[in-house]
Amino acid sequence: MTEPVIALRGVTAELGARPVLRGVDLTVGRGEVVALLGANGSGKSTAIRAIIGQVPVSGGAVELFGTPRRSFRDWARVGYVPQRTTAAGGVPATVAEIVSSGRLSRTRFGVFRKADREAVHRALELVGMADRAKDSVNALSGGQHQRVLIARALVAEPELLIMDEPMAGVDLASQEVLARTLRQQVEAGTTVLLVLHELGPLEPLIDRAVVLRDGCVLHDGPPPRAVGQHALPGHDHVHPHAPAGTEPIRTGLLT
Amino acid sequence: MDFLNYAFMQRALLAAVLVGITAPAVGIYLVQRRQALMGDGIGHVAMTGVGLGFLLSTSPVWMATAVSVLGAVLMELIRWYGKTRGDIALAMLFYGGMAGGVMLINLAPGGSNANLTSYLFGSLSTVSQSDVTAICVLAGFVLLVTLGLRRQLFAVSQDEEFARVTGLPVRALNLLTAVTAAVTVTVAMRVVGLLLVSALMVVPVAAAQQLSRSFTVTFVIAVAIGVTVAVSGTVTSYYQDVPPGATIVLLTIAAFVALTALSTPLARRRARAAAAAQPAGDPAECSIPASRGAGDEVGV
Repeated sequence: MTEPVIALRGVTAELGARPVLRGVDLTVGRGEVVALLGANGSGKSTAIRAIIGQVPVSGGAVELFGTPRRSFRDWARVGYVPQRTTAAGGVPATVAEIVSSGRLSRTRFGVFRKADREAVHRALELVGMADRAKDSVNALSGGQHQRVLIARALVAEPELLIMDEPMAGVDLASQEVLARTLRQQVEAGTTVLLVLHELGPLEPLIDRAVVLRDGCVLHDGPPPRAVGQHALPGHDHVHPHAPAGTEPIRTGLLT
Repeated sequence: MDFLNYAFMQRALLAAVLVGITAPAVGIYLVQRRQALMGDGIGHVAMTGVGLGFLLSTSPVWMATAVSVLGAVLMELIRWYGKTRGDIALAMLFYGGMAGGVMLINLAPGGSNANLTSYLFGSLSTVSQSDVTAICVLAGFVLLVTLGLRRQLFAVSQDEEFARVTGLPVRALNLLTAVTAAVTVTVAMRVVGLLLVSALMVVPVAAAQQLSRSFTVTFVIAVAIGVTVAVSGTVTSYYQDVPPGATIVLLTIAAFVALTALSTPLARRRARAAAAAQPAGDPAECSIPASRGAGDEVGV
């Protein structure tokens, strides 16, 4: 295997006094699409935020493109899609203005050239929002807003996409657009790490699933294929490796 | 236009124009990051600087700049580290700053709260030549930051977490915003007064939002409103012999009310146009069922 794009070794992290990650090992190779699954509070989002440096790591090592995260500076190679709730300013902003802010990592001192403006337009076209470029983001639906945040991550043409619950609260039409956009990115060789509550329409894209529970990796391997009754919404995933009598992992749509 | 013949009015008008530009230019970032009242806090802290200036017989403007920059940096540090009771720490900083100012000015030889009044509410006749020089230099710095780094400041104020992943120096930019806000407070201090500065930072931005959908347009309208009210307030204050700060703030609020009234039909027309552009029977948001029904339960 070539050098991993993301490598976590024995990572621990606390929020306040509560341990949220308790020795997480996670490797994502170039071109892989890895889904991070788990119940609410299992540490999925914290793991993602530890990778990007938003949550301080108390132990273990985080590496991006083979560089320790603390000395990693090449952020233009990383596209990040946060949970939708984090991006609400107190002043109106247009779709194009929001997406442009994702391009800063490719500019010198924030000076925009023609190529940068074209990149913004291209990113908006990828998510089917080019006709809304001049609209205020406040006027968008949840799904459209999510598409804008993904365009903001794609506008720097990253090699690695990190997404925190990109499908949460997104209408079906937007889910399909997002799945299509992601497929194009994966075909072009982009590495993807995404937090998901359920595999949903992204399932065919995912190479590997990592399931977290209580801050530990519970499963790392092929994604649990939904077959038969498992394909029904709201199923409980009982993992075969789990010791008898453990609580089933609820990866279902409605849990 | 006879007021233009007086040197003190020329100085006051120049200061008013600079205040009208800089206060909303910084304020828009504070509003965007939902720290609209930060300017007010800095204004309180700056009072200690004014008091110190009197006590040491140095320029109160430069002293206020130094102390409010220090206060703004302290506020930013509290925001980083003191997550739990940040509001209490800020309150102590605000009122400590105000009390410090009152105390120091009364300790100064011949000083009393009367000296403070012109700094609290603004005064035209007291804008000296050296004040104008200081205001010009400081306003230049504020414009350099707010215009030159507008894309970076926009990104950081919009979504700090995302800005960090684009490799922006988020902490440095936050500190710079705080310092710039502090500098703006002292720029505005002579004309609007420390207690009313924050209004000129926030209200023009709020008024501009009524008309615009984009950040850039909001910025331009807010600055236009800021300059208009600052200059017309200064002129009104000359003719009516009323304090300029209060006049400017009341005019700003009037502008806000007028633009809000104007924007309601505008927003309605926009909504109608948007509804006409959308095809009928558009899928509703969030097609995921809200609750788990009995039919969803599956036995394995």
